[in-house]
Amino acid sequence: MTDMAPGTAARPEQPVFELLDVEKVFQVRPPGSIFSRRTVGLPALDGVRLKVRRGASVALVGESGSGKSTLLRVLLGLDEPTNGRALYNARPIGEMRRAGPAFARDVAMVYQDARGSIDPRMNVGAAIAEPLRHFGIVPPGEIPGRIAELLDRVGLSPDTALRYVSGLSGGQVRRVAIARALASEPSVLVADEAVSGLDVSTQAQLLNLLRRLQREMGLTLLFITHDLGVASYLCEEIAIMYLGRIVETGPTDAVLAAPAHPYSAALRKAAPEFSAPITEPLPGEIPSPLNLPKGCRFAGRCPRAAADCRDVDPELRSHGAGRMVACLHPLDAP
Amino acid sequence: MAAVTDMDSPTPAPAAATGPGRRSSLFLRRPFFTIALLATLAYVGAAVFAPWVAPYDPVQQSIDAMMAPPGPAHWLGTDSYGQDILSRIIYGARYALVIGLCSVLIGAAGGLVIGLAAGLAGGWVEWALMRVIDSILALPSLIMAVAFIAILGQGVDKVVIAVGLSMIGPFARTVRADVMQVRVQLYIEAARLMSIPRWQVIARHVLPNVVFPLAVQVTIRISEAILVSSSLSFLGIGVTPPTPDWGLMIAEGRGFVAFAPWMSAMPGLALALLLIALSILGDGIREEYDPKLRGGS
Ligand SMILES: Nc1ncnc2c1ncn2[C@@H]1O[C@H](COP(=O)(O)OP(=O)(O)O)[C@@H](O)[C@H]1O
Ligand code: SF4
Ligand SMILES: [Mg+2]
Repeated sequence: MTDMAPGTAARPEQPVFELLDVEKVFQVRPPGSIFSRRTVGLPALDGVRLKVRRGASVALVGESGSGKSTLLRVLLGLDEPTNGRALYNARPIGEMRRAGPAFARDVAMVYQDARGSIDPRMNVGAAIAEPLRHFGIVPPGEIPGRIAELLDRVGLSPDTALRYVSGLSGGQVRRVAIARALASEPSVLVADEAVSGLDVSTQAQLLNLLRRLQREMGLTLLFITHDLGVASYLCEEIAIMYLGRIVETGPTDAVLAAPAHPYSAALRKAAPEFSAPITEPLPGEIPSPLNLPKGCRFAGRCPRAAADCRDVDPELRSHGAGRMVACLHPLDAP
Repeated sequence: MAAVTDMDSPTPAPAAATGPGRRSSLFLRRPFFTIALLATLAYVGAAVFAPWVAPYDPVQQSIDAMMAPPGPAHWLGTDSYGQDILSRIIYGARYALVIGLCSVLIGAAGGLVIGLAAGLAGGWVEWALMRVIDSILALPSLIMAVAFIAILGQGVDKVVIAVGLSMIGPFARTVRADVMQVRVQLYIEAARLMSIPRWQVIARHVLPNVVFPLAVQVTIRISEAILVSSSLSFLGIGVTPPTPDWGLMIAEGRGFVAFAPWMSAMPGLALALLLIALSILGDGIREEYDPKLRGGS
């Protein structure tokens, strides 16, 4: 991978985030039994392994319901894994979050619903001042100046501070959300579908902004998207999820140029120009997470499925330079 | 992804104007609101400047001018004690507005505390509070107020407290509903994510988002409070004579409706006009400031 943020060059170091066989099971009522109190476990995450290096930019891609948001909530410490370990700088995330504001300051979030994530009764200035004050980033007297600086950094004029999100356009609100996330001077920026639902040129501007911020500030960026184009533009690494598990990871360019997992290949084929979001990538139905097949969970839709696929659940294994794949018969095995 | 335009140029502000610009045109857009506002201000002016604008002392009795019909000396006539009805109506505005405002504020304050507690506590606290509120709400506020008067006794201060207590229930219920709605908003989760302590989240995000709709409720319910307090006086269990209270005046005129109809009609008209003006005012404020009614902003 080229073009890394300064100071984070291939130094072998502690990953920022490390997920070790993380499992997250939600207790839900089984469909069709509204009146019973019985619940069944829904594995939203099932054996997720992921390492995020400091300064890396990682795209998390997968169909709706594959567990991307749940994975994000685990990384943010909003959900505790039911099993496995979720670490931040080698310490359990839940513990870090409870230990004080340091974790919250270092890991900032840009919500998909940026408008909903900002108090409608606060003007933009007050919304950005909140983290500045809460984390004591600058002395109170310098808060207005810092607000103007942050707005400038995301390409908004200083007088935006006096406006309310209800009067801003979708693109402007995303910029405000990014400025607010940057206020605490985080080293990690986590974003859930941060550019979806915008017109193409606004999307492009925001992506450009995010990429520039990531490189200039050396941010670690975790970006959920269902748009392979966004992933390849913004992120050096990609993690492809299917039914609660990461099925392939590696450098975005390499993975998209020659996907190793049949599911990645199908996604890639469904979006040849990288422009359209994933809609109906594959024939066949996604199995219900309540009723997972015994072997590979992709077997029902996989064109390469063989007999052993119905018995053996493939683990994420190394597959060439910096790549991992969870498949018994990956494409173009090295 | 090739067509990436220059992102450093600030996006121009959308034309939709907010803030002061919107407020200044409110009076032109809502003529009835403006008339209602002027009428209410006239009542407030009469109440504040009563000693200067009232032609007579409101409790000055005159044997020479008992039950005088409206005329040049007494514009709205006199009552059975020869008291000038216009002057009594003007002084009566003081009682109506002060009692209405104070009791509504008591109701709103009590409702805010109970509604917040119910909406934030959850569990059995919420359950218990809501059972109490629901059973209180089952009774009309006038009946509640009568019950409280029976406990407290008569007098202006007692009326304020009784009417105020009777209004806590409805206020508590709307506050709780608003709290429930605010609690699940994304900006609350975002604040939690920032590790902002719970009480600060409540003070900074929950409270303002609940207090603004509550303030709208207050303006709407002032007329209800005035009506209930006037009803108490009318029933003879509220304010005591010879206080120039409209409800009391209407009641006193009841026996003379056949030959001196102005005795009841004039204070009744004063009350009705104020209630209408206040309700137009309240509706206007609600429609203007309640985003749910304004529709897709
Ligand atoms: N709080 C929850 N309770 C029960 N089930 C949930 C909850 N959150 C997510 N799920 C389930 O977990 C699975 C993964 O959801 P999610 O992480 O939102 O996927 P994605 O973000 O990729 O669309 C889905 O089947 C979803 O229904
Ligand atoms: S393990 Fe088998 S079924 Fe699963 S993806 Fe690989 S080839 Fe397909
Ligand atoms: Mg999601």
